[in-house]
Amino acid sequence: MGGRIETREVEQVARLARLELSAEEKERMREQLDRILGYIDKLRRLDTEGVPPTSHAVPMVNVMREDEPRPCLPPQEMLANAPDRSGDFFRVPRIIED
Amino acid sequence: MITQLTVHALVEQFRRGAATPSAAARAYLDRIAAVDPSVRAYITVTPERALAAAAAADARWRAGRPLSPIDGVPIAVKDLLCTKGVRTTCGSRILEHFVPPYDATVIERLEAAGTVLLGKTNMDEFAMGSSTEHSAFFATRNPWDLARVPGGSSGGSGAAVAADLAAAALGSDTGGSIRQPAAFTGTVGLKPTYGRVSRYGLVAFASSLDQIGPFAKDVIDAALVLRVIAGRDPLDSTSADVPAPDFVAELGRPIEGLRLGVPQEYFVEGMDPEVEASVREAIEVLKRLGGRAEPISLPTTDYALAAYYLIAPAEASSNLARYDGVKYGSRAAGARDVIDMSSKTRAQGFGPEVKRRIMLGTYALSAGYYEAYYGKAQKVRTLVRRDFDAAFARVDVIVAPTTPNLPFKHGEKEDPLAMYLNDVLTIPVNLAGLPGVSVRCGFSLAGLPIGLQFIGRPFDEATLLRAAHAYEQATGWQTRRPPLP
Repeated sequence: MGGRIETREVEQVARLARLELSAEEKERMREQLDRILGYIDKLRRLDTEGVPPTSHAVPMVNVMREDEPRPCLPPQEMLANAPDRSGDFFRVPRIIED
Repeated sequence: MITQLTVHALVEQFRRGAATPSAAARAYLDRIAAVDPSVRAYITVTPERALAAAAAADARWRAGRPLSPIDGVPIAVKDLLCTKGVRTTCGSRILEHFVPPYDATVIERLEAAGTVLLGKTNMDEFAMGSSTEHSAFFATRNPWDLARVPGGSSGGSGAAVAADLAAAALGSDTGGSIRQPAAFTGTVGLKPTYGRVSRYGLVAFASSLDQIGPFAKDVIDAALVLRVIAGRDPLDSTSADVPAPDFVAELGRPIEGLRLGVPQEYFVEGMDPEVEASVREAIEVLKRLGGRAEPISLPTTDYALAAYYLIAPAEASSNLARYDGVKYGSRAAGARDVIDMSSKTRAQGFGPEVKRRIMLGTYALSAGYYEAYYGKAQKVRTLVRRDFDAAFARVDVIVAPTTPNLPFKHGEKEDPLAMYLNDVLTIPVNLAGLPGVSVRCGFSLAGLPIGLQFIGRPFDEATLLRAAHAYEQATGWQTRRPPLP
């Protein structure tokens, strides 16, 4: 069974996920996602009417700590892995036009 | 050979003055230099750091003041645990040159206990895979048969312990990534209860499922390492405020009268007959030790894998959004604007499996599909948890195979779905947040190890390890060694 997902959906999802895909990758991704979703479709056979969702296996309430200042990493260490920087800033391509 | 010793036997030598941490560290570094070119367990080896830490441990043992019961023990860690000043790649091109400015909490705890870091082990990229073939750098080989995979995603850690390239190791388990490679490499691999061990400094894959745990040569060693890394951490709000007992002290108690559940759904159609025979025989051994085995049913098992492949990719698609080429990691050249820069950076930096999971997760979370996929999977997760709750009302520990099959050959599972199906017996434990451990329970005729899985109640690693230890002590499987120099 196929046709669960179309090429334009692959393109839309790739845009949302910020992934540039080649034409060949798109087609392979469409086929593979289609097969994986085909397997996942078995979930439809399971009755989950009235079942609450679980997002976390261990029940927890908000964990609070005292609001006390603590030292943080110095800017030079925070910036050490940046692919491009300018002084104490991360440098990126221009976002706002003049 | 000192590298063949268990952690507890090695520490006994330190105590008696028959060996020193420096001698142990040098022996392991020599063995890594000689044997790792054929096993390929390590991405990065840290000899200077190891020898310096070992020399400090020498002095403590000489003074009769070790920091912990594992002071001076040489340990390897999976390359997704942040190590200050030591490259942490996650098996990915995008983090190939990433040097963390801080240590993960488990690394701090290991160092506070005096252990010696040997290096960082290979893994499937971002822990996504079951064979360590998805590492962006190279594939790790199974020490029992170099043509086969060591399992994954923590395949480097499993192979390192099996090949005596580390006394113990840390891995992480999101859907079986400790237990499955433990089964494939014949090591002990423990996935603790979700919340037992801090995840601070673990590079996130699926945050509601990820958990750090040890690989070891035997169950005592796994208990020793767990004791050191367990416990509440203010830096991880999901780490539980539950006291960590002395897991080792619990091991000696007999298992007479322990109720063992055998889930019929875990003996799946198409499972390898040699695996099934070994696991059935192991259950007989447990019965002879006084365990009371009874059949149980976990009816949602067949749906857990499908739910996992929505939940884990959904969480991954969100967690991996941070790799945008701005703050750390690589950046692609020649971008028109910021969005183009991120899209090209991610296209170049991620491998095919990571892209597949990001796409699957983004799809499952996208408008129009959210309820049908992600919402449904979360409800199935509730049912999986209820199955286990019902079972643990009747039994103390569940006993099952770790994997349905034996270690496969490199390149054998090209189809992504075929690879996913390999985790069918380990995934339910992660969805329910339970502890699980894999121990060696025999060998195939061709000499490949087989794993037996024990599953316990939340935060009851003590009973889990006690059952695994009793089984291990009653059999002689631990003495067999892989065919390596």
